[in-house]
Amino acid sequence: MTVAPDTLSRQAPYSPEEAEDRDVVLRIADLRKQYPEIVAVDGVSFEVRRREVVGLLGPNGAGKTTTINMMLGVLSPTSGGIWIAGVDLAQHRARALARANFAAVYAALPGNLTVEQNLKFFGLLYGVAHLAERTDALIEQFDLKALRDTKCGVLSSGEQTRVALAKAVLNHPQLLLLDEPTASLDPSAAQTVRARIRSLATEGDCGILWTSHNMYEVEEVCDRVLFLSHGRILLEGDPRRLPAEHGAATLEELFIRLAREPLAETLERTV
Amino acid sequence: MRARPVAGILLRQFYLIRGSPVRALPMFAWVAIDIVVWGFITRYLNLMSAGRFNYVPSLLGAVLLWDFFTRIMQGVSTAFLEDVWSRNFLNLFATPLTTPEYIAGLVITSIGTSTIGLIVMLVLATSVFGLSFFSLGLMLIPFLLVLFAFGIALGILASALVLRLGPASEWLVWPLPALLSPFVGVFYPLSTLPRWMQDVGHLLPPAYVFQGMRGILAGHALPAGELAFGAGLAVFYVLLAGYFFTRVFRYALRTGLLARYSAESVS
Repeated sequence: MTVAPDTLSRQAPYSPEEAEDRDVVLRIADLRKQYPEIVAVDGVSFEVRRREVVGLLGPNGAGKTTTINMMLGVLSPTSGGIWIAGVDLAQHRARALARANFAAVYAALPGNLTVEQNLKFFGLLYGVAHLAERTDALIEQFDLKALRDTKCGVLSSGEQTRVALAKAVLNHPQLLLLDEPTASLDPSAAQTVRARIRSLATEGDCGILWTSHNMYEVEEVCDRVLFLSHGRILLEGDPRRLPAEHGAATLEELFIRLAREPLAETLERTV
Repeated sequence: MRARPVAGILLRQFYLIRGSPVRALPMFAWVAIDIVVWGFITRYLNLMSAGRFNYVPSLLGAVLLWDFFTRIMQGVSTAFLEDVWSRNFLNLFATPLTTPEYIAGLVITSIGTSTIGLIVMLVLATSVFGLSFFSLGLMLIPFLLVLFAFGIALGILASALVLRLGPASEWLVWPLPALLSPFVGVFYPLSTLPRWMQDVGHLLPPAYVFQGMRGILAGHALPAGELAFGAGLAVFYVLLAGYFFTRVFRYALRTGLLARYSAESVS
């Protein structure tokens, strides 16, 4: 298959001056993570803008979660930079992380705390102002009133996802990272969550980076997708137009084709 | 250091203790049992010695101080282990919380839980077995402070070891106080030990506490110089443990250990 050069991601690093662009809530510049045996992320650069939902796609082991872990400050990059709402994560970790938040299917909130306790606990960690009012508002907004005093460990997957999303927007983040937020949900619950996340981007004034293996929901929710493979971004574009641009019938077909194709072959065609 | 994230760590521990008798009970139950058992042993020994020697302050007092030290160490490491058990590292360290704020939260939690234990022990030992610790008055404070500081150091060290070696290493850290106890002379003078054990003991702050306490009970003055040296050592160990934790934390960030604690343990 042929990958048009104009759809390739920018691999050149961004200057710190550029990070001051107020509309850019996430700027990743030439990010690289190397372990002794493997390069997990290899020179990735991209940005997410306010009110934009960007899908980070790729097969298992492509480097999506590694990239997200670096953005969350729980994994340090080998090289490259991360700016969250203009703040350099490496230089000002606490300030940068105060402007972001996340929800991930593999990072459940402490199951031995109730819904309200979890929101208050994380609210203090994020330094949320007027915490009691904010907690009440989120419990209302995410339909958690009946579960307020229920321990999170006994909630259903859908309920846990709602609590995780409530926690993820506690601090009015400018950047929201969602790692497979609908992975364990039934289609109806997933649709509700997708609608809620879409509205967070438009009404909440934040930028969202979303990973998912469900191409249907990616087309529905994302304004733009980045396709990651072997730690590098191979494609970037509108998920509704990309398949046709690359001779595929659907985004899923394009995904499968890129995932199965050896990296060298794909890169060769892009030169 | 900001107050609100530290308050967050404290609030979380408060919620856990309030909502679970399993967590609340150990704060006073085991120390109470220790005091009762050793209280009766000292009574029996007093009876056998026919009043020639009062074992209550030397034995029961030593048990009380040692339990206090152990509770402080366990207070820090248990608060840390709550985050290991609930696989909470990813959620926790993706927040603006800093390492000093996190450690401060663990330490203040331990102050709270160990103070409850200390009060229970003092009430039991005084009212039931006639231990007159309060007669020592203000002299008791420096002894408790040295033990407190070293307990904090050991708790931070234990937490760093679990972070570095993984959740399974939990079993390794619980017996740390027991490992040190032969060297610090809880129940006997350091001179009882072989030379090499004495040398190790002199590097451990509790040795100066128990030595000094025995001296006071024998009618000597407060060994201010030795106690100050023990306090200096304890502060040094707190700083060393904090430095070690920070190094381990950075290692965990670099190698992906911190992220794996949550992400890969469930996948």
